[in-house]
Amino acid sequence: MSEITLVQGVCAGLDTALREDPRVVVLGEDVGKNGGVFRATEGLWEKFGEERVIDTPLAESGIVGAAIGMAVNGLLPVAEIQFMGFIYPAFEQIISHAARLRQRTQGQHPASLVIRAPYGGGIRAPELHSDSTESLFVHTPGLKVVVPSTPYDAKGLLLAAIRDPDPVIFLEPMKIYRSMRQEVPDGWYEVSFGQARKVCTGEDVTLISWGAMVPVAEQAARAASDEGVSCEVIDLRSLYPLDMEAVIDSVKKTGRAVIIHEAPKTAGLGAELASRIHEEAFLWMESPVERVTGYDVPVPMFALEDAFRPSVERVGAAVQKVMNF
Amino acid sequence: MLKSMDKMDFKVVLPEGRLTDEGRCVWKELSREKKLDFYRWMVQVRQFDRRSILLQRQGRIGTYAPMAGQEAAQVGSALALSKEDWIFPSYREVGVNMVAGIPLKQILLHWMGRVEGNRFPEGSRVLPPYVPIATQLPQAMGAAWAAKMKKEPSVAVAYFGDGATSEGDFHEALNFAGVFRLPVIFFCQNNQYAISTPFRRQSAVPTVAERAAAYHIPGIRVDGNDVVAVHIAMEQAVSRGKQGEGATLIEAVTYRHGAHTTADDATRYREAEEVEEWVRNRDPIHRLEVLLKAEGLLTDADIRDWEEASRQVVEHAVKEAESVPAPAADHLFAHVYEKMPLDLIKQKRDV
Ligand SMILES: Cc1ncc(C[n+]2csc(CCOP(=O)(O)OP(=O)(O)O)c2C)c(N)n1
Repeated sequence: MSEITLVQGVCAGLDTALREDPRVVVLGEDVGKNGGVFRATEGLWEKFGEERVIDTPLAESGIVGAAIGMAVNGLLPVAEIQFMGFIYPAFEQIISHAARLRQRTQGQHPASLVIRAPYGGGIRAPELHSDSTESLFVHTPGLKVVVPSTPYDAKGLLLAAIRDPDPVIFLEPMKIYRSMRQEVPDGWYEVSFGQARKVCTGEDVTLISWGAMVPVAEQAARAASDEGVSCEVIDLRSLYPLDMEAVIDSVKKTGRAVIIHEAPKTAGLGAELASRIHEEAFLWMESPVERVTGYDVPVPMFALEDAFRPSVERVGAAVQKVMNF
Repeated sequence: MLKSMDKMDFKVVLPEGRLTDEGRCVWKELSREKKLDFYRWMVQVRQFDRRSILLQRQGRIGTYAPMAGQEAAQVGSALALSKEDWIFPSYREVGVNMVAGIPLKQILLHWMGRVEGNRFPEGSRVLPPYVPIATQLPQAMGAAWAAKMKKEPSVAVAYFGDGATSEGDFHEALNFAGVFRLPVIFFCQNNQYAISTPFRRQSAVPTVAERAAAYHIPGIRVDGNDVVAVHIAMEQAVSRGKQGEGATLIEAVTYRHGAHTTADDATRYREAEEVEEWVRNRDPIHRLEVLLKAEGLLTDADIRDWEEASRQVVEHAVKEAESVPAPAADHLFAHVYEKMPLDLIKQKRDV
C-alpha cells in the first residue's frame, strides 16, 4: 500500500501491467525518456526499456493506428494521446477501426487496446488543451469509455482497461491529477467497468458526475447539507457501459437528479442520462432533471474557463431549483 | 542562387561573426539600415521573450513557449514578407508576429488566456497561433491556392517545428502544394526537439529539407541562426511563389535555448554540454553583433541604447495588456456564430 495521487495511480497501473504481462507496451509522444508531460509514465522507460515504453514520432493517427495493428497481432498496447484536444488526428483510426474491427471481422481480429488521454479544463492550460469531448466516444458503438476520479480508481480502472477485450478510451481529469492522495494497493487489482461509485449517500437529490466534476459535486453536497438538503453523489466512473442500475436506484430514492459535466450541454452525456431517468424512473420523480454543464461554446481560453466550467454555486442553484420545483 | 542552395547548408555569417566567401557578396548588397534592422528586431524579440518568462513566473501570464535562440530564423524570414502575404504561425512564433506588426499587447493578451489577443489589427493577414501541431500547413496551402486563383501577388507561409513533419497534415500540405504548384512556403524551424523527442526519433531521413523531393518542390536547408542566410532563402522562396514557380520548403536549423514551455524541464532530455554549445557558441544575436561592430556599424553605446529602448517598448506593452479590463463571463458567447441561435441566447442570459 502507498499513498499516491491520481496521476501516480495511472503510473502505478502501467508499471504493474508492464511488469506482469509481457504483451503490454506503452507508446506515445514524450512517454519515454521524459516520463510523459504530466509524469504519468515516470520511470517506466528506465525500468522496462525503450522497446516497451516507446517514444513515437509526433503523429496521433500513427500512434493509434500502430496500437490497433499491435493489438491485432497479440500485444496489449496502451497508447497515450498527450491531451484530449489533440486526439482528433486519430479520429479515423478510433471511430472507423478500433471501435469496429471486432464487428467487421465478426470476432476474428478484435482490437484490445487502451487509449489514455488527459482531459478537461481548470489548469490554466494553453489554448485548445482543455477539451472534454467524451461524448464523441460514448456515442461510438464498440468503444468503452472510463474516467477515474480517485487514485484508487485510476489504477484499478486502468488495469481493467488493459485486460478488457475491447478498445477502451481512458480519460484522465488533469484538474485533479494531483489534488488528492489515497492509499492504493500494490500489485494487480481491477475496478470493474459499468459500476458507479457512491461517493456519499443522501435522501433528497442525486448528483451525478464523473472526473474532475466529482469534487465539485461533493462540495455542492456539503454546501447543500448546511442548508438542510441531503445529496447523494454518484461518480459514474464508466461512461460506457453506464451503471444505470445505480443511477435509477438512487433517483427512485431521492426523486430528484442533477447531472454535472464539463462538456457542452447539447448532446452531452447528461442528455442521455436525463432521458434514461425519464424512461426508467418517471413516476418516482419530484422534479425535472437538471443539468449543470459547460455552455454550448468552444472551450474558452483560460481567462474565462472558470465561467465555463460548472461551479459549486451553479450546482447549488440547480439543487435549489429541483428542491423548489 | 537557389540552385546552389539546394540540399546544402547555406551560410552567410559564421557563428564567430565572420562572413563566408559566399556570404561576402550577399552582405555587400544589403543596406546599412537592413543590417541594423536584423539586429534591432532580434534584440527586441529577445527582450520580449525574457520578459514573458518572468511574467509567467510571477503568475501574470499562463504557460509560455520561450523562443530565445530562434530569433534569426523568425526575424530573418519575417522581414522578407510584406503586408499582402499570409502568415500561419505556431505558438512559438512571437518573433514572427512582432515583425509582422502584431501589437505586443495582443501577443501578451493571448498568453494571458484572453481570446481577444487572437484578433489582430484590421487588414492583418496573420492568423492566431496554431496549437495543434501541423494543422496550419494545409490551411496555408489553401490560402496560397486562393491567392493563385485570384491572381493575387502574395504568398502564404506556414511556420512549424521539426516535430510537425511527422504529422499527416505536413505531407498532405506539401503534396497538394507540389501537385498544384502553389505559392506557399513551408518554413520549418528545426530546433531539433519536439518537447523531449529528438529529430532522429521523428524521422529516419536526416534532414527536413530532403523531404521536399518526395513532393517535387525545392527543399532548402539553412543555418537558422544566421539571420542573413535565412533572409536570403526566404526572399527567394517568396519570389519563386510570386512568379508562379510554386512552393518551397525551408529548413532553418536552430535550437531553443530554454525549455519547450515554462511547464517543461529540458534537463530531463538535453545534455548540458549541448545546450551550452548552442547558447555560448552559436547564438544568433551574438554573431551579428560581432560582425556589425567589426564593420563599424554598431558601438557598445548603441547596443545599450537599443536594449534599453526595447525594454521600454516591452514594459509599455505589459502595462497596456494588464490594463485591459477583464472580460465579462458572457464574453464566452461572443463570435461563436455570426448570428447567435436562440438556444444560445437563452444560455447566455443564464450566465
Ligand atoms: C496534434 C498535436 N499533438 C500533440 C501536441 C502536444 N505538443 C505540443 S508542442 C509539441 C512538440 C512540437 O514540436 P515541434 O513541432 O518540433 O515544435 P517546437 O515546439 O519545437 O517549436 C507537442 C507534442 C499538440 N500540440 N498537437
